[in-house]
Amino acid sequence: MQPLIACHDCDLIQRLPRMTEPGTVQCTRCGAVLHQKKRNSIERTLSLTLAGLVLFGLANSFPFLAFKLEAQVRQTTLLTGIQELYAQGMPELSLIVLLTTVLVPLAQMISMLYILLPLKLKKIPIGLPAVFRFVHKLQPWSMMEVFMVGILVSVVKLAKMAKIVPGIALFSFLALIFVLAAMSASLDSHLIWEKWENRR
Amino acid sequence: MNHDLKTALNQGLISCHSCHLLCRSAGPDTIMTCPRCGTRLHRRKPNSIRRTWALVVAAVIFYIPANVLPITVVVSLGQAQSDTIMSGVIYFIHSGMWPIALVIFVASIFVPILKLIILIFLLISVQRKSSWRQKDRTRLYRITEVVGRWSMVDIFVVTILVALVKLGGLASIQAEYGAVFFCAVVVITLLAAMSFDPRLIWDTEESLNE
Repeated sequence: MQPLIACHDCDLIQRLPRMTEPGTVQCTRCGAVLHQKKRNSIERTLSLTLAGLVLFGLANSFPFLAFKLEAQVRQTTLLTGIQELYAQGMPELSLIVLLTTVLVPLAQMISMLYILLPLKLKKIPIGLPAVFRFVHKLQPWSMMEVFMVGILVSVVKLAKMAKIVPGIALFSFLALIFVLAAMSASLDSHLIWEKWENRR
Repeated sequence: MNHDLKTALNQGLISCHSCHLLCRSAGPDTIMTCPRCGTRLHRRKPNSIRRTWALVVAAVIFYIPANVLPITVVVSLGQAQSDTIMSGVIYFIHSGMWPIALVIFVASIFVPILKLIILIFLLISVQRKSSWRQKDRTRLYRITEVVGRWSMVDIFVVTILVALVKLGGLASIQAEYGAVFFCAVVVITLLAAMSFDPRLIWDTEESLNE
């Protein structure tokens, strides 16, 4: 018997079809996405998480952007702006930027690694429900792709004034956005909860 | 049309918002946790309408200083020039970079207003228990959920400008309080969208008296 599910957007009870092929199930009344079946979800998400962590390391340890005006050069990293906002007496702003572009994506990747690595090795990590809930709570606060648009706008704004030199970190950051998007797209939440339910 | 539709609410069931397991409700006043994942269960998000109203009103109030106060001050060779969100847009239009002007205008001015208008509209229609175009209203809600984060663009632009333009007396850029208020508007509207429960759109008289 296929399980019953209530739509999270309109509360309608419906039966989830049994899925053997990757695909999406939508609510018959309001069109919300109820379930997405993915191919090799755990393996793919795990490998993308690992790639993401490597890129995150690169993005935070190399020069991000440099700004050349006449003889002066200003070299920055991803964290420079955050430090500068703090130094200018804007701790709230600095904290929000730090959370949305650095800490939240990092916490998400570490949590995913904590869940997926044991699952891949046929083990169940301790406290899986709490960690997985945490991942879902963080989701709306990860804003790296929005930051990328911010970079684009700033570069255009400053291009007339001075020369902008992109660094290794910028390219790693760009790749990281796609890897993170692919990471959340390949994740099948139902599968994780099923593994937890059938843990014994 | 809705008469034969079963919802979790009218069947005495609760859907876990975290793992989507359908659980049998033990009664209106019992505190329950999900047997599968241990999350606290709620039929609907707690105090959804009141919380969302409070956050929407707060966002509307903060929206005023966010647009009136400058978000940055550029100091170049002893001259200081402050910019608000709107003057930034106008600057880009004057320098002929209208695609960038459009991005900033949509992200910083259009999206926050649109989001607040949609949320107010949804709140009022839910309070009047309207059954008017429920599917479209649910879709409007999904739009507010997806689009809100893009308003942070301007805050990130300020962060990057502040980092890059710091050349002593030659040129430097400072963040100003308008940016703090604007950031607050974005965060508060995100929280408002999260606290609104779209299932309330479907909780009309007929579906509750099943």
